[in-house]
Parts: sequence; structure tokens; C-alpha cells
Amino acid sequence: MLLSKLREALICLRAGRVTLPYPFEPHDPAPGFRGKIRVDPDLCFGCGGCADVCPAGVILIRDTGQLTRVLEFRWSRCTYCGRCEEVCPEGAISMSQEFETATDSADDMVLTLEVFMGPCQRCGRCFPPPTSLEKISVTGFRSDEASVRPGAEVPALHGVSAQATGPGKGERS
Amino acid sequence: MLKGLCRKAFPKALWVYHVNTGACNGCDIEVIDVLTPYYDAERFGIRLVGSPRHADVLLTSGPVTRQVAPALQRLLEAVPEPKLVFAVGSCACGGGPWFDSYSVLGGADQAVSVDYYIPGCPPRPEAILYGVALALGLVPKKVASEALRQESLEELALGVSLYERGNDGRQD
Repeated sequence: MLLSKLREALICLRAGRVTLPYPFEPHDPAPGFRGKIRVDPDLCFGCGGCADVCPAGVILIRDTGQLTRVLEFRWSRCTYCGRCEEVCPEGAISMSQEFETATDSADDMVLTLEVFMGPCQRCGRCFPPPTSLEKISVTGFRSDEASVRPGAEVPALHGVSAQATGPGKGERS
Repeated sequence: MLKGLCRKAFPKALWVYHVNTGACNGCDIEVIDVLTPYYDAERFGIRLVGSPRHADVLLTSGPVTRQVAPALQRLLEAVPEPKLVFAVGSCACGGGPWFDSYSVLGGADQAVSVDYYIPGCPPRPEAILYGVALALGLVPKKVASEALRQESLEELALGVSLYERGNDGRQD
């Protein structure tokens, strides 16, 4: 009984200090960790593909004017799945490594992005860009084979052929 | 005098009562992880207690289900003043993917007033430690609401420098 306690004490002494000095020294997450959303305002063109795929409905879109569209990221309920980053055709959304997001106010967990929608040079009105979903049906975002998906026969957009991009994307796992 | 005593005593040891209000157990496992010797929240006097009457902090995880909401409010009443409420995880912070479901209230702040939010799905143990350290005043707050914008047509027509405008528009 006493011997086992002594042995336990010896093991503990031999292990030394194991506690992380974390809040006083940084401890970065492993590469590939998905933290808080980061948005590059200059790249977004307001297609809304991220809002379509977000499982938690973090991204809300509303048109505030003829040429302005507001994307609101209420990331308090973000599940950090990274689907928005995957689906964004321009790479405007990325998942940062930032995890120190604790806060004392719910208002801090909101990010708004006001997007200027490009108007037609001739008529001055806004034209809808090809939606992200249209692009997705060509370039593919699932890990299964592109040729067996129902959208595989959709004609190519932006000079990208389905055959050229399909197998490459199909290999993604 | 009592208030001063409270302020002096409060940062020394926060005793925590942990409530699962419909969480998937991911956050609960991380909370237990924070109490292990590797992360060791007991350095800061954090201790799990078995009764809300002994606790200073009510730590909630999960989107508050309709069934558990009255129980959560009763639990908060049982905690003696001064008390804090922590919401751990995306579900407790804003409801997670279930924020608009019929059977949940969508976040701990819908049932009780929350003092500290620790988002993450689940939050890293470091993130929970950071939230605790934030409550104890050991670390500064790092997030703030952001408002980003692109240039409007008028700004483009006026020939305002895009680079400067871009920097002015951002409030990060």
C-alpha cells in the first residue's frame, strides 16, 4: 500500500513538469486547423455560394441597394467546417488559425462585408455574375467522381471544360 | 467592504458548475481536457463542483433545448451572487446548426444572460483556457466586430485611390 504510493510519487517526480504554460506563452494549433473565418473584401464578388452551403446559416445576404449587397457573417454559431472556403470561387474566404475568440459581448461575433456589385458598362445596371452553384456544377466540389454527378452534362462556363476539370477534382478526397 | 472583498476573492478561485444543455458531448470532453494536468485550469483556481450552490460560474454547453431551459434558469437561481455564466461552444454561443430548430432556443443567451462566450466546435482546450484567462483579466480581448466594404461606383468614378480607400474602409 505504502510502497505503491511511493512508486506513484516516484513516477510523478520522474515525469517532471507537463503543464503547458499556455495563456502566458502562445501555443499555436497544428497546420490545417480551421479557426475563425477571414474574409478578403477585395476578392468577393457577392455570388452567395458560401451562404448556400453554410450548414449553420452563418452567412446572411441582403441587397441594400441596386449596386450594394451586404454579407453578414454571424460566426458565433460557425461550426468551422470550412465549406465556405472550399466553395468560394475567388478564394475570398479562408479559415484562419485564430482560435482565441472568446469574448464578453455577442456583438463582437459579427462580420459584415459590403460588396459593390459590378454594373454593366452600357446600361449601368447590375448584372448577376454566374452563381457559384453554376461554377460548382462544372468544377465540382465533392470528392466523388465528377462524371457520375447529375450536373456533369452542364455546358462549360468561362472556357473551362467539364472533362478537363472533372477528373482532377474527382481525385480529391 | 463586502463588495471589495468579493472583488478580491473572485479572481482567485472560480468554482464551476458544468451544465450540458443539449450538447453533443464534444465541448464537455474539451472542458474535462482543460482540467487535466496538461492544461491544468486548476492553476487559476478553476474547479468543477457538484452543486450549483457551491459554484461561482455556470458553464453551459449546447443549444438550450426547450426541455432543459426551465432547469437552466432554476440552476442559475441556485448559484449564489456574484455569478458568471460561460457559454462554451458554437451551440451555446449562437445555437450552432440548430439555431432555428423548433426544439431548441438557440443559444444560452436566449435563456439566461451570458457573460463570456467561447466559440468553437468544439473550442480547443487552449481556447477555453483563453476564455477563463479573459474572465480573470489575464489576457486582452482579441476579437471585435468587423465591417468590411468595397469601393462604390462613385468612389471609382472620382478616381479615389483604391488602396487608400480600401484601408480606410476597413475597421480591423
